[in-house]
Amino acid sequence: MLTLQCPYCGVWAEETELHAEGEAHLKRFGPGSEDEAFEGYLFMRENPKGVHFERWRHSNGCGKFFHAARSTTTLEVFGTYSAQTLEPPQEIKDKISAKYPGWSWREFA
Amino acid sequence: MSNVVSALNGVSQSGIALVEETGLRGMITVRGDLASKPMAKALKDVLGASVPEQRQIASGEKGAVAWMSPDELLVICDHGAAEDIIASLNAALAGEHVLVVNVSDARAVFKVSGECAREVIAKLAPVDLAPGAFEPGMMRRTRFAQVAAAFWMNDDGSFEIICFRSVARYVFDLLCVASVDGSEVGFFN
Ligand SMILES: [Zn+2]
Repeated sequence: MLTLQCPYCGVWAEETELHAEGEAHLKRFGPGSEDEAFEGYLFMRENPKGVHFERWRHSNGCGKFFHAARSTTTLEVFGTYSAQTLEPPQEIKDKISAKYPGWSWREFA
Repeated sequence: MSNVVSALNGVSQSGIALVEETGLRGMITVRGDLASKPMAKALKDVLGASVPEQRQIASGEKGAVAWMSPDELLVICDHGAAEDIIASLNAALAGEHVLVVNVSDARAVFKVSGECAREVIAKLAPVDLAPGAFEPGMMRRTRFAQVAAAFWMNDDGSFEIICFRSVARYVFDLLCVASVDGSEVGFFN
């Protein structure tokens, strides 16, 4: 069972209290953007074996969206963090680097 | 004026715990900056309550105030007092970026009491209910089986549960099944 700590209410919520909300840190390309960029925004998603960044929502709880960094293979959780950010906090990146030197995910490493 | 009734007309069942629908209850959603001085003053002046800490419920003379999220509170009061409290809160918070709304009739309230109350709640919600982990004065939003609900613990060890009125029967039935005679697990004793 996956357990994530909601950074907004502090609850260690198990998966059934949460809702998965897809990939984290998507950059929106809207009207006026290149077709390729728009297609990428709509359809192209990471599907890594290992380090991954996701959005979750504490739907059966405080209702807030947040971010989580975890491994899709081991289910270990590196940390959760605020939704009001464009990139993972350095402290979480450091934690991942300690365990998986040389990791990368989209533009982050 | 029409006759206001609660969702299940005060139904109750006694098993390893007593499950009761508590009847009409006033509930007011307040959204805004919980750290602001006007918010603290408004709650103190109108309800005699302080701003609750994260996941706590603070009591005042005119009602209790539960922490729902970093920008949301729930005032729990007498059903008949809700409109007056809303008017007073709105007056006290004039000019602030806030929302104060009466949600009393959108909800149902249940009470679970008795020695096995902890156990009955623990059977239904994914929450650590061990003594010490969950204590009086705490508020928890979660789910009960398949529906969203929230509960808090009173000083006497009883629990009060709020859910949407539309699922009141479902939640009452759940609580009844979880507290049926002979279903003690004894996990917390
Ligand atoms: Zn939360």
